[in-house]
Amino acid sequence: MTRPTSATSSADAPLVSVRDLTKHYGGGRGFLGASKFAVKAIDGISFDIAPGETLGLVGESGSGKSTTGRVVLQLESPTGGDVLFRGQSLVGLSPRQLKPFRREMQVVFQDPYAALNPRMTVGDFVAEPLIVHKLAKGSERADRTAELFRRVGLDPAFMKRYPHEFSGGQRQRVNIARAVAMEPSFIVADEPITALDVSIQAQIVNLFQDLQESLGIAYLFVAHDLSMVRYLCHRVAVMLRGRIVEMAPTEAIFTDARHPYTRALLSAIPVPDPDIEANRRHLAYDVDANPPAPDAALREVGPDHFLLA
Amino acid sequence: MTAPLLEVKNLSVVFDTEGGTVHAVNDVSYTIEAGETLGIVGESGSGKSVHVLAMLGLIPRPPGRIVSGSVLFEGRDLLKLSEAELRNIRGGRIGFVFQDPMTSLNPVLTVERQLIEPLTRHEGLSRRKARERAVELLDLVGIPSADRRIGQYPHQFSGGMRQRVMIAIGLACSPKLLIADEATTALDVTVQAQVLDLVRDLKKRFGTTVIWITHDMGVVAGLADNVQVMYGGRIMERGPVRSIFKQPHSAYTWGLLRSLPHGETRLTKRLYQIPGQPPDLTEPPVGDPFAPRNPFATPRCFTETPPLRQIEGMAPGHQVAAWYDLPALLAAEQGTER
Repeated sequence: MTRPTSATSSADAPLVSVRDLTKHYGGGRGFLGASKFAVKAIDGISFDIAPGETLGLVGESGSGKSTTGRVVLQLESPTGGDVLFRGQSLVGLSPRQLKPFRREMQVVFQDPYAALNPRMTVGDFVAEPLIVHKLAKGSERADRTAELFRRVGLDPAFMKRYPHEFSGGQRQRVNIARAVAMEPSFIVADEPITALDVSIQAQIVNLFQDLQESLGIAYLFVAHDLSMVRYLCHRVAVMLRGRIVEMAPTEAIFTDARHPYTRALLSAIPVPDPDIEANRRHLAYDVDANPPAPDAALREVGPDHFLLA
Repeated sequence: MTAPLLEVKNLSVVFDTEGGTVHAVNDVSYTIEAGETLGIVGESGSGKSVHVLAMLGLIPRPPGRIVSGSVLFEGRDLLKLSEAELRNIRGGRIGFVFQDPMTSLNPVLTVERQLIEPLTRHEGLSRRKARERAVELLDLVGIPSADRRIGQYPHQFSGGMRQRVMIAIGLACSPKLLIADEATTALDVTVQAQVLDLVRDLKKRFGTTVIWITHDMGVVAGLADNVQVMYGGRIMERGPVRSIFKQPHSAYTWGLLRSLPHGETRLTKRLYQIPGQPPDLTEPPVGDPFAPRNPFATPRCFTETPPLRQIEGMAPGHQVAAWYDLPALLAAEQGTER
């Protein structure tokens, strides 16, 4: 199949490469040898992420976008295909072999409270990876932790407090501080602002952007809020039923969408402008009638613009 | 002029908790005319959800307590009704749809049972008539093969379809007033778009009055005639949707609208961010609740609560609770930047 070989116009080697990745749940042989139906959460997707780049992964619930994030991080093993980090395959590595990669690849989840340990001070929580990876100890560790707090916009005086004393936005800052503690080159952010109040979302989005500018972190930004995706991402991949149906530089997705599903998705975003809303028409896309064809492959239809056809 | 359909007067609600008294709703007053769609916007702790739950008699008491106020609906004060009388109004004259259809539907009863219940109870229909009407309703909200699917259980429906079932139940008795609280928040955007189209269609066909509670300014822009922005248990600004979006007079409304991306990319600018955190309502700030986060706050904002007042020169009904003149301050700021 044709697949995108270069993620951006830059000549940089990709930081992360995903090749023909599949993840099926169930299936195989069931009771009495009857073959069971497998759910194809990811069904053969490929993409690259360059150092310092943000790739947005959008789609609806059940499209496979969150599963993709977990498989890329090797939190789940794929059914088929490969995930390469700096050119090295991660699939099939033992936990011990994965450990050096774990330092470089971090994750920030949707629910900022569920990820925290309620009985650990937020300072200890942020410092924990420094301990696990033996990166700093004693006063040096305390200094590093304080520096991380400042970096994400939290007062280091908060280090001795517990998660319940914080608001949702502050908790997400704590999670981001921990992710950044390892000086990662890649973060999977899975709906990181969805659970936050509107007045706080912009704060966190700006923080992600500042960290990218100062530390050169690449992101896989998994989201359903397309207006934030447009703001934050360099490129966008649209997932439907475990497949990528379209992938392009962000502006091309928003101004020159080719796949009818991408168009339907874009037409459904509510715009905070009564005049635009008064004249809008929602485009429908019947996935059941038009599922991605099993033999379809991504084809380049414009500069760096790929369409499943 | 006819009396409004709903008139909320000086409603205050508190919760007595171990950490102190939470002042969730503070002196909220507003009216809704028949046929109007009011969008109520706010974030967690704004009082937007709690105040409607309180007027429907749906907050647990204790810890909840209605400290003051009245809620006149078709001339009767809902806060003075008995539980039995309220039950007659809920699901009857007032329909409601809440965020999570899985917890609002009873998982062990078929959709048929749950749809027929309000119809036999409030409308006095026979079971056979009620079933016919129930199928019509499912059809109306766009559930395919309604006649067959009505016999199924909630878990057999997808999230979007369950929310349609909830809306069908909310509409079952042709309510005068439909209250929806984050009814589409958990849905995918394409499903949300379908549900919003459905609500617009129902308004047109039946003249239903709607209160649509959401945190999504985009949804409000597309659905509401009037907008009410709440913060810290108070109404900060209220008025016709165009007037509010084109020229907000509350620094909170302005900040909310400005912090949303409007189709720009990171290359063009940073997102405006409202500084600070939402208020702690066990110790509600004195004065304007938004003052601690408001770059335009005046000394008076920290000492005295501003009343909601009509803004001179703006559309009738465009009201703000603010001591400062936001458009003048913004114009002055632009002047100094140049």
